Amino acid sequence: MATVISSICFLVFVGVAIFFAYRGFHGVYRNIMLGRSEDFSDNKSERFKTMMLVAFGQKKMFKRPVAALLHFVIYSSFIITQIELIEIFIDGIFGTHRFIYHAWENIPALRALYVFAISFIEILSVLTFAVTVAFLWRRDMLRLPRFNKPEMKGWPNLDAHLILVFEMILITCIFMMNSFDMAANGGKYGFWISGYIAHGWRGMDEGLMEIFEKIGWWGHLAMVMVFLVYLSYSKHLHIVLAFFNTYYSRLTPKGYIANMPAVTREVKLMLDPNAQVEPGPADGSMPKFGAKDIFDLSWKNLLDAYTCTECGRCTAQCPANLTGKKLSPRKIMMDVRDRMEEVGGIMDAHKGVWQDDGKTLIENGYISVEELRACTTCNACVEECPVNISPLDIIMQLRRSLIMEDSNSPNEWNGMFANLENNAAPWQYSQQDRLNWVKE
Amino acid sequence: MEEVKTMADMAANGQKPDVLFWVGCAGSFDQRAQKVTRSFVKILNHLGIKFAVLGKEESCTGDPAKRAGNEFVFQMLALQNIEVMNAYGVQEIVTTCPHCFNILRNEYPALGGKYKVKHHTQFLQDMIDQGKIKMTEGGSFKGKTITYHDSCYLGRANEVYEAPRKVLEQLDADLVEMKSHKARGLCCGAGGAQMFKEEEHGTMRINDARTAEALDTNANIVATGCPFCSTMISDGVKGKDRQATVKVFDIAELLAAGQGLETI
Repeated sequence: MATVISSICFLVFVGVAIFFAYRGFHGVYRNIMLGRSEDFSDNKSERFKTMMLVAFGQKKMFKRPVAALLHFVIYSSFIITQIELIEIFIDGIFGTHRFIYHAWENIPALRALYVFAISFIEILSVLTFAVTVAFLWRRDMLRLPRFNKPEMKGWPNLDAHLILVFEMILITCIFMMNSFDMAANGGKYGFWISGYIAHGWRGMDEGLMEIFEKIGWWGHLAMVMVFLVYLSYSKHLHIVLAFFNTYYSRLTPKGYIANMPAVTREVKLMLDPNAQVEPGPADGSMPKFGAKDIFDLSWKNLLDAYTCTECGRCTAQCPANLTGKKLSPRKIMMDVRDRMEEVGGIMDAHKGVWQDDGKTLIENGYISVEELRACTTCNACVEECPVNISPLDIIMQLRRSLIMEDSNSPNEWNGMFANLENNAAPWQYSQQDRLNWVKE
Repeated sequence: MEEVKTMADMAANGQKPDVLFWVGCAGSFDQRAQKVTRSFVKILNHLGIKFAVLGKEESCTGDPAKRAGNEFVFQMLALQNIEVMNAYGVQEIVTTCPHCFNILRNEYPALGGKYKVKHHTQFLQDMIDQGKIKMTEGGSFKGKTITYHDSCYLGRANEVYEAPRKVLEQLDADLVEMKSHKARGLCCGAGGAQMFKEEEHGTMRINDARTAEALDTNANIVATGCPFCSTMISDGVKGKDRQATVKVFDIAELLAAGQGLETI
């Protein structure tokens, strides 16, 4: 009977968690799809290679070797620890206890494999715990500048700490589960690390040990489910989206900024009214130039924003930010994501239908004109991003809207544009003088 | 005065150059950059390269407009330039400006302007590889220290890091790297049309930050491959009152001097 109740509890608990996780992920997917279309269906093999190198292989992380090594410990431990879940699910559903161990108990090679796997996970867990402490220390004691920029105040800072604390609780639960199990069973499993911890529980009442083992087991499961649900509300989402985002990397040279076909059409007609041009929008509406809000950005820009884990490597290398300007490429990504969440919230409140709230991504507490104007388009942020996000692509689209939709341009730029139109140079020199340098 | 033919001159005589030298606005009008243009022409003539310029038929590539967000002005200029170049049947372009290089290489093709585009440092590297330019041992750069500033539009934008360094190696000087270099190179502050406006409010100027890194190397010469970087870093050096001991030169000027084509 107890087994049946336990099984039902397990299924209900996991079912509820998966339901909420699905809702969260579906919301993220829905928000990303609010972006305009952009085609990334080319170069599949190169895309796969990029994903394997950059996301799976963490290639760009290793530009900062210490951080990369620490991160790699957590990353590899995260991936490998999932093996454990297989047995946890079997035990949970059928009310068994260490089903795989007992199935393999009398086959020496398989039993050794089981003990090795769990022990290996234990070693990784100890390392991960240490790294988690190091990460907290780096954030709160060392106070690395990139973790303490203005955009990190409030929720982003709490988010970062919650992830690390969840991680520590999860690992503590693993060791509670394993070590009390070891102690209650006379150490028969032979796990490498929990064997040592089990010594500490000697002399404890066996019933109590089993209760603690259960607390560890359920606690571990609970933390896994907490992470699953929490992901879609957190910067930690990068553990999933990094793979998609690197697959859909921009494979063109970083200096390339796509031309706007809508402008080509207009300019060609301006230069020659009889020119052969691509047809305009079917409904005859005026094309929009550049982006004002998330709907005008491409889905890839929006995927970029959800993939950002706020590490701040971009901002740490941004020449504008380094010299005290307001621009922070990380903030651009965070603002895009926050605006998506706001839009998504409004849609959820209106049966999935968007109700214009009169706001856009520019100003309104999101990205200011001053930030957009500070960018030198140097690509340092794009180069730095360990998961191939491009803040620059978004900055450029927003700049286009400022200039072409709103005529919101610094006076010096207006002068420069006028010179370009009148004498084909950014300065006020006549095109007739373009060969004067020869005469010197 | 160096001999320079225009595409129109050549076409009038039924000739076609092997390569079009795209001078760019800075190279045409900015006094400092004009010097670089002349140095590069000296090298081209010295090597016997059959080249031409567009002269009065050249318009700005549209880079500052595009990066500022004005796609209209960019495409107007681009389509004009493409019409001119396609009419002359241009196939190869070399330019001393990384901004022109980037936009001609990456953004003109989709508008109908498909050319083989090289930055002058790549062009010079080819000449070195072909043995047409040889190292000048014990020349005027012996004992000097040079540091190279990566321009964003040559470096990160197009991943050209080795060509400029390879050209500098021909000078028999000591090359030192700044703290930020190659993919991590720090911008001079001019890109994204910042050259044409005041910097936004901050705690310091970007060119001063970059110049500080250059001065930290104790190099006598800061080498660049971009007219805008040259201006920004020269201003930075003057701001620190170090212009008497630290000179900013384009790689074309350094190579021309190294080959004894001019003195600097």
